[in-house]
Amino acid sequence: MTRLAARWLGRAALVAVLLVLAVLAGTSIGETAIPLPVVAQTLANKLYGAGYPLDRIDEGIVWNYRLTRAIVAACCWAGLAVAGIILQALLRNALADPYLLGISAGASTGAVLVTVAGVGAGAVSLSLGAFAGAVTAFLLVALLARAAGGGQGARGAGQIVLAGIAGSQLFNALTAFIITRSASAEQARGIMFWLLGNLSGARWDNVATALPVALGVTLVCLWHVRALDAFTFGADSAASLGVPVRRVQVLLILAASLATAVMVSIVGAIGFVGLVVPHAARLMVGVRHTRLVPAAALMGAMFLIAADVLSRILVPGQVLPIGVVTALVGAPAFALILAHGRTAR
Amino acid sequence: MNGPIDAPPSLEAEALCWPARRAPILRGVSLAVRDGEMLGLVGPNGSGKSTLLRLLAGLLPPARGEVRLLGRPLRRTPRREVARLVALVEQQAETLERITLRDAVELGRTPWLSALRPWGAEDDGIVAGAMAAVDVQHLAARDWASLSGGERQRAHIARALAQRPRILLLDEPTNHLDIHHQLALLELVAALPVTKVIALHDLNQAMRCDRLAVLQAGRLIRLGPPAEVLTPELLRDVFGVRAAFVTDPEDGARLLRFLSIS
Repeated sequence: MTRLAARWLGRAALVAVLLVLAVLAGTSIGETAIPLPVVAQTLANKLYGAGYPLDRIDEGIVWNYRLTRAIVAACCWAGLAVAGIILQALLRNALADPYLLGISAGASTGAVLVTVAGVGAGAVSLSLGAFAGAVTAFLLVALLARAAGGGQGARGAGQIVLAGIAGSQLFNALTAFIITRSASAEQARGIMFWLLGNLSGARWDNVATALPVALGVTLVCLWHVRALDAFTFGADSAASLGVPVRRVQVLLILAASLATAVMVSIVGAIGFVGLVVPHAARLMVGVRHTRLVPAAALMGAMFLIAADVLSRILVPGQVLPIGVVTALVGAPAFALILAHGRTAR
Repeated sequence: MNGPIDAPPSLEAEALCWPARRAPILRGVSLAVRDGEMLGLVGPNGSGKSTLLRLLAGLLPPARGEVRLLGRPLRRTPRREVARLVALVEQQAETLERITLRDAVELGRTPWLSALRPWGAEDDGIVAGAMAAVDVQHLAARDWASLSGGERQRAHIARALAQRPRILLLDEPTNHLDIHHQLALLELVAALPVTKVIALHDLNQAMRCDRLAVLQAGRLIRLGPPAEVLTPELLRDVFGVRAAFVTDPEDGARLLRFLSIS
């Protein structure tokens, strides 16, 4: 084995260990604290049939509630952070993220349409609806930015964000329209709660969608780290460096949309993730995607587990919507990043 | 530095048009770049120099006509393979990313790397060599934002060299540089051991090329050694200036002196 491969294996192992620790911590901490040994024993029981005598309720909370919640949380933010990196690199825009560009809003509209209108059924069609909404929103925003005069470079940077704001407004309005027109009062309340970002419904079937999508999108992104680097000086420069620009753009934007759509359909539109995490990761490991992508995925995963834990213990007896916590933490964090970036330049 | 006269063409353009309809920028340009030569593209603003370079680099698909790289149609050559043979130094390629000069030069290795063929010691050597060739090693760790225009341009050339291309395309590389850096950069480019196609504005600088291609309103109107191509008549017709050649008493070099606009 080469030294390089050994180093990469070492890093991957470190990442895996950190993630497992974060998930365990997220499982253990909560309104009723469950000691780590109980968490570990539950896992042993479930995974290997170890047969430790445990309280059935504790076991149920750990396995069916907290563990799924922590895993889904980790997947969501890893996926959204990677989506943010993809968009920032391809659009060469530090402000690009699924939320600001209206992709999340489009995904919400798609998901709500599926829920309310009953087009199809089940978690898969919900994700598919969200995916269709996300892709539609991105195409619309990209077209609008183009019509407004270019999607790249310093001038285009402003245009695409403006177009994203317009797109977000449009799709949020559509969502509201669909809810008021067609949803029952009970549906409406559920949807509003979900739109703010809510992990409480995360169960094993959600893990089954979120985990493969988060891993898959991260892997696709890792496969293209050099291509993403090549966009540093723009798409033409990337092309002259041998990157099949159109193919990479389509593939990676679809991947980012898929990640956004699946995460939105499971936990709702959580703001700021794709924006804050990549920037924080850049401050720590630099701008090269070889390191940035894994770092951001890991940081995203851990950050959302932490935010989820906070959402459960901040107000005793009540679970805050996760979107509230992430925005409360994310907005000041982003302000700090902006200020820091300015002085460091 | 004169290129071999009867070497086979490494890069060929045949009847290039772009775009097909409405205000064509290029109208049927054909030319063959000889192996090892330094071919200058000159012409007034908007005559199609940059478009021709972008077509030669494969960044634009020709609306009509064909570009051939080592005899193969460029359109059917994979991008990666093109990038191993042809490198392009664009006009003012900029970034807001906080990269170092070395990061920028390392991008040049992109066409040679993949997930299965990671960065290695060989790449380190090539990058170091490319930086040494344009004398920017001492700036390797500097932030891109802190580099001057000349330093950035040299970094771009180092990036292009790190691609290990056979053909280097340069789009007005001396733009925005002071006279010292213009001359230094041109000297450096002329000495590079690759085939070069270079768009230039300064006609006296263009005299250094082995051959000049003169573009006017999207047509190639003259191709040949600078002394034969740049005649007072051509300068009047194409650039709209009256000019005469004067001889520098110091070294006997022929220089263009512009008298007035005609």
